[in-house]
Order: sequence, then C-alpha cells, then structure tokens
Amino acid sequence: MSLGIVIVSHVPEIALGVQRLVEQVAKDVSVTIAGGTDEQQVGTSMAKIMKAFDQNTADEILAFYDLGSAKMNLEMAIEMSEKTVHLYDTALIESAYTAASLLQAAVPLTDVEAQLAPLKIK
Amino acid sequence: MLTVENTVAWIDQFADQIEAKQSYLSELDTPIGDADHGGNMVRGLVAVKAALNPAPADLTKVFQATAMALISKVGGASGPLYGTAFLEMAKQSKTDTDLETLLAAALAGIEKRGGATTGDKTLIDVWAPVVSAVQAGKLTQAVVDDAVASTEPMVAKKGRASYLGERSVGHLDPGAVSSGYLFTALLATEGIL
Ligand SMILES: Nc1ncnc2c1ncn2[C@@H]1O[C@H](COP(=O)(O)OP(=O)(O)O)[C@@H](O)[C@H]1O
Ligand SMILES: [Mg+2]
Repeated sequence: MSLGIVIVSHVPEIALGVQRLVEQVAKDVSVTIAGGTDEQQVGTSMAKIMKAFDQNTADEILAFYDLGSAKMNLEMAIEMSEKTVHLYDTALIESAYTAASLLQAAVPLTDVEAQLAPLKIK
Repeated sequence: MLTVENTVAWIDQFADQIEAKQSYLSELDTPIGDADHGGNMVRGLVAVKAALNPAPADLTKVFQATAMALISKVGGASGPLYGTAFLEMAKQSKTDTDLETLLAAALAGIEKRGGATTGDKTLIDVWAPVVSAVQAGKLTQAVVDDAVASTEPMVAKKGRASYLGERSVGHLDPGAVSSGYLFTALLATEGIL
C-alpha cells in the first residue's frame, strides 16, 4: 500500500512552496496540493482539495493544512472522498517535511505518526 | 411551518441584507480577522440566489442548493460552517419540516464542523440562543440582538480572532453579526414562525 501527501494552504504560493520543499526529499512520493480559493484568492476550496485527493496516485493520503478553516474544508472533502485520508493537526511545513522524508524511506504509517505526534500544534 | 416559498423568501431576504451590509461585515472582520467576511458572504449568497431562481421543487432541494452554493463559493471559514448548517437542514427536512428541529440539526452540524461551543465568540453564540428561543416559541428580535451583542466582551477561542487572544475583547464577532441577519430575516418572513 502506497502513502501520499496532500498539502492544503490558504495561499496558492504557500502550497506550491511546501510541495517544492518536500519533493526534494521525496521524489517517489505523490505530493499534491490545494492552495487558495477557486479564484486564486486567500482561502481554501473544497473542490480544489477533492482534486488534490483525486490527483494523488497513492492508495492512502496524509493531509496537512495551515489554518483552522482549511481543516473544515478538508474534513468535508474527506467525507465526500472515497479515498482513505489521515488528517494531522500538526505544524504544516515541519510535519509535511517529516512525513515526506519518512515515506520516501518506506517507513510504515504507525511510525510516521509517532514522529508527527510531537508536532501537533492545533 | 417551512415551505419552499417562505424558505426561499427567507433566504433571499438574508442575501439582500448581507449585500446591504457587506462593507460593515468586512469592517467587523478587520480588527479581529482578515477583513473579508462581507466579501465572502456576498460571493456565497449571490450564488445562493442564483441557485434558488427558479425555486427548487422541494424544501430539501432548497436547502441543498443553498448549502452547495455556500460551500463552493464563500472561501472563508464561514463557507463550510453555513454550508454545513444548510446541509444538515436539508437532511433533516426529509423527515420533517419543523423549524425548531431543522435549526437544532444545523447548530449541531456547525458545532461538529468547527469544534467551537457557546462562549467561543463565534456565530454559535447567536445560533445557540436563537435555537433555544425557537424551541421555547419565544424568538424575538431582542433575542437575536442580545445574542449578537453578547459576543463583544468575549475572548475568541476559535477562528482567526483566536490568534489575538485577550485582544479580541471589545469587538463584535463578524460571523455572529451575519447570523443575526439570518434570524432577523427569519423573523421578517411571513408565515414561518
Ligand atoms: N471554528 C469555528 N467555529 C464556529 N465559527 C467559526 C469558527 N471559525 C470561524 N468562525 C466564524 O466565522 C467567522 C469568520 O468568517 P470569515 O471571515 O468569512 O472566514 P475566515 O475567518 O476564514 O476569514 C467568524 O466571525 C466566526 O463567527
Ligand atoms: Mg475573515
């Protein structure tokens, strides 16, 4: 079973930037993003999140987000998606980077989650 | 009792009020937020009005169309929150059309979606007392106004205002104010209460 990463940010450029950062250490991990609203404004879009889930080639997804309202749209997208998505209330950049490094090294999910636990900030 | 006609009239009236108060809502969102609540809500409700014209065939579809427009167009936290509220009313309306049951389901949905409770300085501080008043058959404009005003001295615990901590005191919560308009429109719509 493969694990992928979805990054959700209020700002398109933040999502792109985090993707760029983590892909450097995880060239074999599917990393897809949902940044900003449908109009590329600051905010989040459930449709964009659904698309990031669909585009992700992994069987299961680890999702990371920046601020609280991104979580609400993420949870709605998770309820509507067929894929299994694990959602983390952790510091976005550090935890996405941690997960990416570990997934590239084929570390199992339970061990990845153990390393994410201390990064919980919300 | 809720019908397609009076529910569409209620939501249209809410939309008109939001459009009229767009800049005030964003002003409220400036000291304790990111100044977009008016714009967010207008974007959503313009889409809602379009989705309700012509009126959907039944009450469930009225609530569904409203929810989907809000979820896809609002952009801010208020989108999933109001969207979930209307989605829960859509679900509940399949078994009954009682306003109090529908509003209670909506409130439970908002609480679940945002993880906030009464006293956190959010729109829940308007929804909770209004739902209780409707259940007691005692909803008045004063109940709505008092609920909105109650958010001013509160410390924000959820949403963007929470990053300000104690400094959020002394400001009305923008989402509470927009929810106040929803219930003012409800009171003003003939034949619902
Ligand atoms: N977790 C939450 N639970 C309940 N209501 C919330 C929550 N987060 C934010 N709100 C409400 O949303 C309003 C802000 O909406 P808006 O400005 O449109 O979104 P954003 O905060 O994303 O910019 C707040 O005034 C508050 O009433
Ligand atoms: Mg805002």
